[in-house]
Amino acid sequence: MEHFALWLAAFLTLGIVSFLYKDNPWYKLCEAIFVGLSAGYWFVVLFWDNIYGKFWVGVFPLEEFDEAGREITAEPDYWLFVGAALGILMLMRLVPNIGWISRWPLAFIVGSTAGLYLINYFSSNMMRQVQGTIVPLFGAGYDASAYAIVGNIVVAVGTFAGLVYFFFSKEHRGVFGGTAKVGVFFLMLTFGASFGYTVMSRMSLLIGRMDFLLGDWLGMIK
Amino acid sequence: MRREIPLLITGIVGIVFVLQYFIPHFPFNRMNAWFSDWFSIVAAFAIWLGALNLMKISFQKVFRRKSDWGYAVVIIMSFLLMAVVGFAEGKGFRDQGTAFDWLFQFVYTPLSATMFAILAFFVASASYRAFRARNFEATLLLLAAFLVMLGRVPTGDVLTGFMPEGMRLSAVASWIMNFPQTAGQRAIMIGIALGLVSTSLRIILGIERSHLGGGD
Repeated sequence: MEHFALWLAAFLTLGIVSFLYKDNPWYKLCEAIFVGLSAGYWFVVLFWDNIYGKFWVGVFPLEEFDEAGREITAEPDYWLFVGAALGILMLMRLVPNIGWISRWPLAFIVGSTAGLYLINYFSSNMMRQVQGTIVPLFGAGYDASAYAIVGNIVVAVGTFAGLVYFFFSKEHRGVFGGTAKVGVFFLMLTFGASFGYTVMSRMSLLIGRMDFLLGDWLGMIK
Repeated sequence: MRREIPLLITGIVGIVFVLQYFIPHFPFNRMNAWFSDWFSIVAAFAIWLGALNLMKISFQKVFRRKSDWGYAVVIIMSFLLMAVVGFAEGKGFRDQGTAFDWLFQFVYTPLSATMFAILAFFVASASYRAFRARNFEATLLLLAAFLVMLGRVPTGDVLTGFMPEGMRLSAVASWIMNFPQTAGQRAIMIGIALGLVSTSLRIILGIERSHLGGGD
């Protein structure tokens, strides 16, 4: 069975890699398998984790007992039926005549996300970032390395200049324009570094697949 | 009716999520717990909707004998295989040694990992065509990418092995990632946060309605 699994995995890996030559039936077959399996994977995972785990177990709690044998089963939460009803309304999207009713659960999702993001993003992406940028250059006993001091100044200047660049309510001229220009330099460095980092992560995935083909499958790498 | 109720739902749910942060007491804490549970359930149904829609489109393609309908059959079969196996295995479907785990390990993982791995070639070819040191900004971008890529592999340190440790390519790449890159990322993150806050407010107050689509 393990032998078959290795050959199957190699067949699928090579099928996807074959796209580098050109679009071909082997690649299309592997792609179709990937699409179907991905949909099936999330279909099952979300059923057991959310629909069964949250709704079903919440409405019909599993019997539980403590060490002394006393029942400690949780109280059923019938409010979860509202969530299930909204979920079923979401599926009405598949029925053309009453598809509009799926706007209700969609509105719920959009409202929840907006409410959560309003607070969470403001806290994590705004307040915490400002807090992390404006830091003392020296510790309590003036114990700081030149590396850290210069680095902190670079971060503070770069963040400020980058924000100035994103401020479009004032024309980018004079000192303001100069600061915005410095901001562009920092943004370019960021994009370049992020690009390099992304390429390297993809490369490491590619090395992993080559390692599988040449090592696990063909046994050429011990 | 078709627009007013969704707007009301969006407003109430959004306001409750904001209020529960500032007033974590009854009734807002209770409502927050309900809404969070409902959110998980509705999100699961939303993914189900996507999967079922994929099946609907695939079946239509097969019945109408559209071009490449054979691949639609493969999509349907793969979906059914994963779904039937996952449901048949019960709650422990992810345990090691189950058929679901076997499919995940030997079919799903090779496919997804290779799919992302071949992106390396496309990114490299796109950058070869797009990256030109036309001006100072473009040169900065090119240089940062080059230094980070070379600094992340042993070759970088081999090439600069004669230099002091703090000036070798791996150290330079780390410095770029830790300081100038952090500065740029922070500026972008703060900008995104401000945009998200204003968009969220517009949605909650019913000014932004594009998510409801057209019609009545």
